[in-house]
Amino acid sequence: MQITEIRDSGAELRQFQLRIGIAGFAVLAAFALLTLRFFYLQVVQHEAYRAKAEENRISIVPVSPYRGLILDRNAVVIARNYSGYTLEIFPRRVKDLSGTIDRLSELVDIQPRDRFRFRKLLQETRNAESLPIRNRLSDEEAARFAVRRYQFEGVELKARLFRQYPFGDVGSHVLGYMGRVDQADLARLESEGVFANYRGTEYIGKAGIEASYQHELHGTTGFEQVEIDAAGRGIRSLSRQASQPGNNIMLTLDMRLQQVAEAAFGERRGALVALDPSTGGVLALVSKPGFDPNLFVDGIDPQYWSELNANIDKPLNNRAISGVYPPGSTFKPFMAMAALESGKRKFSSTIHDPGYFDFGGRRFRDSKVGGHGTVDLMKSIVVSSDTYYYQLANDMGIDAIAAFMRQLGLGARTGIDLQNEAAGVLPSQEWKMKRFRQPEQQKWYPGETISIGIGQGYNAYTPIQLAQAMATVASGGTAYRPHLVAHIDNTRSGERRSVDTELLHRVPLRRENVEFVKQAMAGVIKEGTGRWAFAGASYSVGGKTGTAQVIATKQNEKYDEKKVDERLRDHSLFVAFAPLDSPRIAVAVVVENGGFGARAAAPITRTVLDYFMLGKVPPGLARGTPEDEGAEARGSD
Amino acid sequence: MDVAGLPLRRIGLRIAEGIDQTLLVLVLALSMLGLAALFSASYENPSRVLGQLANLGLALAAMWLVAQISPQTLMRFAVPAYLAGLVLLVAVALFGDVVNGARRWLHVGVTRFQPSEVMKLALPMLLAWYFHKHEASLRLRDFAVAAVLLVIPVAFILRQPDLGTAALVGAVGFIAIFFAGISWRVLGVLGGLGLAVLPLAWGMLRDYQRQRILMLLDPTQDPLGAGYHIIQSTIAVGSGGPWGKGWLNGTQAHLEFIPERHTDFIFAVYSEEFGLLGNLVLLVLYSLLIARGLVIAANAATVFARILAVSIALMTFIYAFVNMGMVSGILPVVGVPLPFLSYGGTALLTLFIGTGILMSVQKHRTLVQT
Repeated sequence: MQITEIRDSGAELRQFQLRIGIAGFAVLAAFALLTLRFFYLQVVQHEAYRAKAEENRISIVPVSPYRGLILDRNAVVIARNYSGYTLEIFPRRVKDLSGTIDRLSELVDIQPRDRFRFRKLLQETRNAESLPIRNRLSDEEAARFAVRRYQFEGVELKARLFRQYPFGDVGSHVLGYMGRVDQADLARLESEGVFANYRGTEYIGKAGIEASYQHELHGTTGFEQVEIDAAGRGIRSLSRQASQPGNNIMLTLDMRLQQVAEAAFGERRGALVALDPSTGGVLALVSKPGFDPNLFVDGIDPQYWSELNANIDKPLNNRAISGVYPPGSTFKPFMAMAALESGKRKFSSTIHDPGYFDFGGRRFRDSKVGGHGTVDLMKSIVVSSDTYYYQLANDMGIDAIAAFMRQLGLGARTGIDLQNEAAGVLPSQEWKMKRFRQPEQQKWYPGETISIGIGQGYNAYTPIQLAQAMATVASGGTAYRPHLVAHIDNTRSGERRSVDTELLHRVPLRRENVEFVKQAMAGVIKEGTGRWAFAGASYSVGGKTGTAQVIATKQNEKYDEKKVDERLRDHSLFVAFAPLDSPRIAVAVVVENGGFGARAAAPITRTVLDYFMLGKVPPGLARGTPEDEGAEARGSD
Repeated sequence: MDVAGLPLRRIGLRIAEGIDQTLLVLVLALSMLGLAALFSASYENPSRVLGQLANLGLALAAMWLVAQISPQTLMRFAVPAYLAGLVLLVAVALFGDVVNGARRWLHVGVTRFQPSEVMKLALPMLLAWYFHKHEASLRLRDFAVAAVLLVIPVAFILRQPDLGTAALVGAVGFIAIFFAGISWRVLGVLGGLGLAVLPLAWGMLRDYQRQRILMLLDPTQDPLGAGYHIIQSTIAVGSGGPWGKGWLNGTQAHLEFIPERHTDFIFAVYSEEFGLLGNLVLLVLYSLLIARGLVIAANAATVFARILAVSIALMTFIYAFVNMGMVSGILPVVGVPLPFLSYGGTALLTLFIGTGILMSVQKHRTLVQT
């Protein structure tokens, strides 16, 4: 059959072969055309193209923007930039890395830790164009290198902007810190679709305001067309699209107040949050111990980093928003509020306090042996009667307590503009059901409600939640979202975007009940547990002490501070607001292992309120701001 | 020694059976030049070269396998291969990965490939099969049917959008139709019609495709945008000079001025480092390869075999010509790999399977002589 076909199509085959011939000719013609083109490019025009390849190379270089400043409420600069020289190595262009670094160390000071950091960066960032071997060169070092730069192929001196925090470790947890852009950052930037704008950006906010307002602060990256020579060095700039500086961020924070508060803590661990009850603006936010964000700026020294991480005091942990503590007796004013609002207690109703409360065969002891005698609601706060609140908690039941406290914002993230806020624990039947796996653990026992009433048990809140709850009660029931940023300024257009005070909700509190609780808290200051700390205060103030157990004492054992290890001692707490009428500040203070509330937390609150209300600067704290003359002039008010 | 040597020799003979030595030497020579250029383009980073070496091993195995299959058997695969190709094109339109704004890639297990690549062989196979079937009574209607079979996959590829591959698959299909014996008169009429339709086709192109064609006329107009590729690759070729800068010494590629220097623009790297001399070596190798393919086609036993063989031989030519023309700045920038040199497993596999088909056709040419 095949053969028949072939015979039949003999003419066709000849035609096919003719066309093959045509195709062959076409191939030759096309290749001849290419040969001509190659001859033209590579022989006739060779000189011109060689020159172009040698001299006319254009590289597009990103121009990093100027990072926005961070200012406090009085326009005191608390994070700024300064330009410094860095010595950078382009690993791809250097044949002998360690030899080059050895030769460099003869010109500039290169410590073993610089080498260590460089090697670490080299391992971590495979595709980086250039990596710093030394940051912040002195002018002499920069000059020494500059005259010998021709000896160092693949090493360049660059002027870069570095972040600087003039107040050192003051406010470190508010500001956060900067760090090199790492793989996780890159992935996040890519998923957010802003990767292109971060070309050339090497440092990025890792924590605090620097992280949560990263995109505002960053600005818009510009681009420069640069002619580069055969070694890839820039010769001259051809065109330039300028970068646009990032926005300045003005905080609600009062840096002076922050300084006073941090100084008041001294070496103690703990946290303080001061809010403006009428806006939710954060006036001070302290977490001790802190860290010096300046040390993170040019790639943190690995030794300091491991020290920070290994430190049992966890200096990187922002206790004010992510530390959770039992509120202790600072819970009592909120319990009293709940009792009045729910009708479980009246102003006048009294109980007898024998110094204990028996429930289900268990005896819940009062901190005062023998009790406070006849106690009404006012007195229960002033003298901090535990027995009163054992009974009250039992009468209300856990779910009624939880429902009320939830309105004050306890046990939920406040939504402050910082990352890693903790939620805390607002105990309820539902919470316990979710929290535990075993059915017998999931059940809520009425006996567990008793110690909830005095702020113990499962209660665990962040200092900012306590401040928020205090602010909500002090303002008569309006809850604002706590926030650190007041407004964002576009430095180019002068446009100012205010971060609006965000009303979260209005708790329907009756005015007379609010007045009652405020008066009771004023009583604490005048004649109760806060009277020593606030002796002689010339302004009106309400407060409540609290002591939170770190370890549970046995039923018939009395807690003896001297016998307990320092880190297992009770936490000292204080909540306060001032003045009594239209309060301007609400504070929550936790001093870890500070012991009795009146002893550690109350005096810190006094110092802070004295400065806030009277402008009184505690002795030993110099006026003005450190390392910054310009800021001092504006900052001292 | 002989006892051990004999089976080894027999195995060797068995393996060599059906392998056309001329073709093998030519494609291996081209592949070696490709590996050398790739090594340079990858900053002497051997991992990519090793990857391409693995692709090469796989492609050689596929070539050998196909060379063992007679054209008659191969013909049975024509329709299934075409249909499978169409299904894959539909699949890629629905589930494909988007790379650089075009939906071309399909995930298959751990790897991914371009289904349009399948069509490069499946379409000429189908057309060869179709003309073989209707050989006795070829009429204008048959050419019309062939044209429809050609247009369907081309339209899919055009929609991805992949102008380069669409044009090439279309060209390969046209070659099959041309060698099936369509009359010059019909061609003339169609050519005239084509010229008339050109403005319409222009309207159908995507913006970036139009820009690429316009940029061909004057690439200097947009040196940082669409013309950048052409300007930089032309500088690379021109600066190579008569003798080249020497292997691994190309600065254009090493300073990252050559975009896609592993794939579509590998010729720029090659040309910069090996110069006019290297280019002529490359052209001679391609000419010999194409010539060998055309000779095989001319001597082929059946209509199917000859149309398929000529399509494959000229497909290699079109790829090589379009790619080198693009890099040296006389043809538009369309995404076309340089045969046997560009990095990429799918393209290499297609080319070696094509070579295997040529070998099979060559081996079974004897039918004519008996």
